[in-house]
Amino acid sequence: MKSIVQKNQLRTTLLQAIEEHSGQSVVNCYQCDKCTAGCPIAADMDTPPNQVMRLLQLGLVDEALRCKTIWLCASCETCTTRCPREVDLAAVMDACRNIALREGVPVPDRAIALFNRTFLSIINRYGRLFEMEFIGRFNTGTFNFFKDMTKGPTLMAKGRLTFLPSLGGRKTACSVFGDVRKVRLHLPPAPLDAGGNHAVPAREAHETTE
Amino acid sequence: MKYAYFPGCSLHSTAIDYDESAKALAGALGLELMEVPGWSCCGSTPAHSTNQLLAAALPAKNLVAAKAISDEMVVCCSACFSRFKFAQKHLEEKPQLRAQVADMMPAADAQKVRVRHLIDILTNDVGPEAIAKAKKRDTGLKVACYYGCLITRPPKVTQLDDPENPRFMDDLLKAAGMETIDWPCKTDCCGATFSLTRTETVLRLSAEILQMAKEAGADCIGVACPLCHTNLDLRQSDVERKLGVKYGLPVFYFTQLLGMALGLNAGELGIGRGLVSCKQLLAAKGVV
Amino acid sequence: MTTERISVHEPVPLLARGPAGGEFGEVGPRAQRPVPRIGVFVCHCGINIARTVDVERVKAEIAKEPGVVFATHYTYMCSTPGQQMIVDAIKQHRLDRVIVASCSPKMHETTFRRATSKGGLNPFLCEMANIREHCSWVHEDREQATTKAIEIVRTIVEKVKGDAPLEISYAPVSRRALVIGAGIAGIQTALDIANGGHEVLLLDRYPCIGGHMAQLGETFPTLDCASCIFTPKVVEVAQNERIKLLAYSELEEVSGSVGNFEVRIRRKSRSVDVTKCTGCGLCSEKCPTKVTSEFNRGLTARKAIYIPFAQAVPNVATIDKENCRYYRTGKCKVCQKVCQAGAVVFDQPDEIITEKVGAIVVATGYELLPRSVYGEYGYGTYPDVIDGLQLERMLSASGPNQGEIRRPSDGVVPKEIVFIQCVGSRDNAKGIPYCSKICCMYTAKHTRLFKHRVHDGQAYVFYMDVRAGGKRYEEFVKQAMTNEGAVYLRGRVSKVYPRGKKLIVRGTDTLSGRQVEIAADLVVLACAIVPAPGVEEIARKLRIAYDENKFLAEAHVKLKPVETNTAGIFLAGACQAPKDIPDTVAQAGCAASKVLGLFANEYLASEPIVASVDEEICSGCGLCVRVCSYKARKMDEKKHVAAVEAVLCQGCGACTSACPNGAGQLKNFRNDQLVAMVDAVT
Repeated sequence: MKSIVQKNQLRTTLLQAIEEHSGQSVVNCYQCDKCTAGCPIAADMDTPPNQVMRLLQLGLVDEALRCKTIWLCASCETCTTRCPREVDLAAVMDACRNIALREGVPVPDRAIALFNRTFLSIINRYGRLFEMEFIGRFNTGTFNFFKDMTKGPTLMAKGRLTFLPSLGGRKTACSVFGDVRKVRLHLPPAPLDAGGNHAVPAREAHETTE
Repeated sequence: MKYAYFPGCSLHSTAIDYDESAKALAGALGLELMEVPGWSCCGSTPAHSTNQLLAAALPAKNLVAAKAISDEMVVCCSACFSRFKFAQKHLEEKPQLRAQVADMMPAADAQKVRVRHLIDILTNDVGPEAIAKAKKRDTGLKVACYYGCLITRPPKVTQLDDPENPRFMDDLLKAAGMETIDWPCKTDCCGATFSLTRTETVLRLSAEILQMAKEAGADCIGVACPLCHTNLDLRQSDVERKLGVKYGLPVFYFTQLLGMALGLNAGELGIGRGLVSCKQLLAAKGVV
Repeated sequence: MTTERISVHEPVPLLARGPAGGEFGEVGPRAQRPVPRIGVFVCHCGINIARTVDVERVKAEIAKEPGVVFATHYTYMCSTPGQQMIVDAIKQHRLDRVIVASCSPKMHETTFRRATSKGGLNPFLCEMANIREHCSWVHEDREQATTKAIEIVRTIVEKVKGDAPLEISYAPVSRRALVIGAGIAGIQTALDIANGGHEVLLLDRYPCIGGHMAQLGETFPTLDCASCIFTPKVVEVAQNERIKLLAYSELEEVSGSVGNFEVRIRRKSRSVDVTKCTGCGLCSEKCPTKVTSEFNRGLTARKAIYIPFAQAVPNVATIDKENCRYYRTGKCKVCQKVCQAGAVVFDQPDEIITEKVGAIVVATGYELLPRSVYGEYGYGTYPDVIDGLQLERMLSASGPNQGEIRRPSDGVVPKEIVFIQCVGSRDNAKGIPYCSKICCMYTAKHTRLFKHRVHDGQAYVFYMDVRAGGKRYEEFVKQAMTNEGAVYLRGRVSKVYPRGKKLIVRGTDTLSGRQVEIAADLVVLACAIVPAPGVEEIARKLRIAYDENKFLAEAHVKLKPVETNTAGIFLAGACQAPKDIPDTVAQAGCAASKVLGLFANEYLASEPIVASVDEEICSGCGLCVRVCSYKARKMDEKKHVAAVEAVLCQGCGACTSACPNGAGQLKNFRNDQLVAMVDAVT
């Protein structure tokens, strides 16, 4: 395959956004590949991690944001820990994910996108993870209704699954989700009282940050 | 010493045995743990993968609540620990993020809380000598200490133990009279959040870890994170089925192992909640 | 002063003194001094100065200064016609002071002083005004730069008015050299100096000489046996009449300066009488204490009393006091009992000797970054993960396995070896940022030698780049790939861990874009080259600089690779930067040639810009003696005043700053001159 590499495409605002988000300069990487060598998921990735960095170095940001690799990154931080040039690749992967979403790039893995969306929706609603609903919605969404089905009863018998959500953190989580939404929609922040709490109540539970 | 205690979502459900054993152990060692009032989920992987602001604000809000109780907050779950440390680091290094979070809460308070993993408290505040003194029984267990990714990586964030060959858990368990094995997979990733979305990958990685622990002669595996526990315990039968092997390696939280050595009873430690049965092993060692 | 028998370091012809003046030139109120006749030559330096500074205006303005009787400007003052202009102008205009407004004195002070001399004037009545490095090269605004240039020249006009003619002084050169470090660099330097006709003291802190080259098997790119090519040199050094071998010795202290160093050397006690010891080795056989062998890099053990290796020079035993049972517990002495020559002498004291030398060459060599730095490769605890020098010991015919490669863990011959390059090198995070230069070549060599010894063996090399720039190097590496079938994989290795009898190597290959996992029998790490430990201490004693990586600093990386910024002290070998044997031998010869050049003179001219003492004013407080770093100040006990040893004085001015009443002044840099310079522009 062939890529056109051009001067005015090497340092686009999108690349600068990725560098700012991650706090890293892509020029520091000298493509030694130690990251790929130690990546636990690389065997399952289409584009090895170092090649994602290479795409950024060549200004092919769009391609980098569309690949599956950034969503298959487990954030295990092995790459960051071992990089001899002290490049925080895990942070770059995170930045790519954040910015891909911001730019409306479709997530190439439906299951992973569903996982993230569902998880955050539940946190927004209840404040803490409610596994029953989470697994239920995820399995339904991936048309895999019976996945891990045998595990459910066993876990319940062992007292490790609850039937009802725990609502103790609802207020905390909802106020945060509400505040973050305001920032995303460029709305002014809600005022804080002397105790650092919001004067107005948290927003409706069904709204998410998506 | 009074610590604020952040359990995290798992410790109230799938990892309830970690919560039980941590509290029981803390009680036995005289550590006062007070749950952070109104604590919510830290955001875990979905938050930081999708929204940096959310990923900083959720932990920050919890830290502000923790500050009301204590300047030190204990976390058991390694993933939560990682998220809190990252949130504090990003708030310190990114002025725009800090300003945005400051609009939502008294963010400066969030920076004043010292976030510590339970294993750090036991190693540095309690100390292996105190553990050795409190030991009541020799379990005779041979443990493969599995630290996972997020306790020690990245070292600039966690500042806890050596990322290539950590020894905190080993030293604590050895002080409690257990044997820990020398093995190379202490910090190899188990596949983390891909348990549901990329189960095959998790099976591949967990298989490697279980196999190496077995080859090194371990009776069981000690962990410090609910997600590591899930992948090695809950998924162990899946790995066995896929590869046609038998491991039979019970997975314990290190708090459960220490608790057993300190003579606490199995019930209060949540022993037996794991999917891989430990009955046979414990009976053989005379630990019931 | 006659010049027949004296050869000077700088061939500047001496001339009659300048206008009548005392030791200090004309001191006293400026109005009373005779009016000088100053000539100013403003250089364009092509466009280096002229592009930013309006040289014509500088000339015009300076021509108006009182005392300036001649001013001109020219494109290149340092050229032959430029220099001739100075000579001619001195004669035509009866100049008695010369100012060249151009570059830094470091460039052409010598040139212009020579021209001044030719014109019949004392060379030290010529000054340079730096309007390039200090002006045109650091500014862009033409107006402001020109004003600044004029001011700079004005200050020099004031300075030169107060200059006195100075005479170069001469000191005899001690024509012996000290070479610190007896590896290939030190040995080659010593041989070249000795063959040039001068005595050499060759120092090494290890019990025998040879450095790392003595440990090597075969060397690239010729694959000739290191010992075979090296031993003749070692033997020659031991037998050369002009070379005094000081093995097992350390540098204690150095004083003096070029041509006249005084060095104190500690000859550490071996607890063995070297005149009696025959090197039979019986003592080692019977010694009960085992220690890991440094020479065999931990692969084997040696005894507390030992000769490092069979062909060691000098071939005498040494007792390692740290591990010897007698020195630790007071018991044993078995070696003394069995020694037929009665050579073992317990509690033998160290010997301190003092020597005079004229030049010092530092050849302290290198060490490898320890494997213990890399946790991902086992922190040095896996016995079958070794470094390059350990493999060399195995490959060496005189090594632990007589040239056979065997796994340290179980002695089995490995069939698959993984070589990892850049362990520590080019690593900002855990290692050193630079490239160690020799590892690509010795790794290729290792793959070839491995195949020669193990015919069904397979070598894999994980590399980032292959650097093979020397003569026949590229061809050598290509042979490793095509002839000996080494498989080269481009990528770093993330982790090595043991599994059963194998070592699992988790690497990668960017060229095929995939992870690569190899189950190896042996893993060899090409660890980074770092300067030998203790080099900072040596540098401090010699007052030479080292860089952030602890490599000793050369005076100029291109044009003066063997000189340091301290006159009389030279560098050779890996202590300056990582290098292979061909470059080391070349550099050793270069260092030797500089020493021989120094020794070509019986006398050394020393810069006359040194401190002086006005004995009338000096109160004898002695502060100057205390602050002098060069031991050039002493008290004259009879007169109770301070005195200057001109040959040692480096003209730094510390004493003159310390002097409380101005009795100490720097010649041609006196306080009144400096004040006049400041006044000129304020």
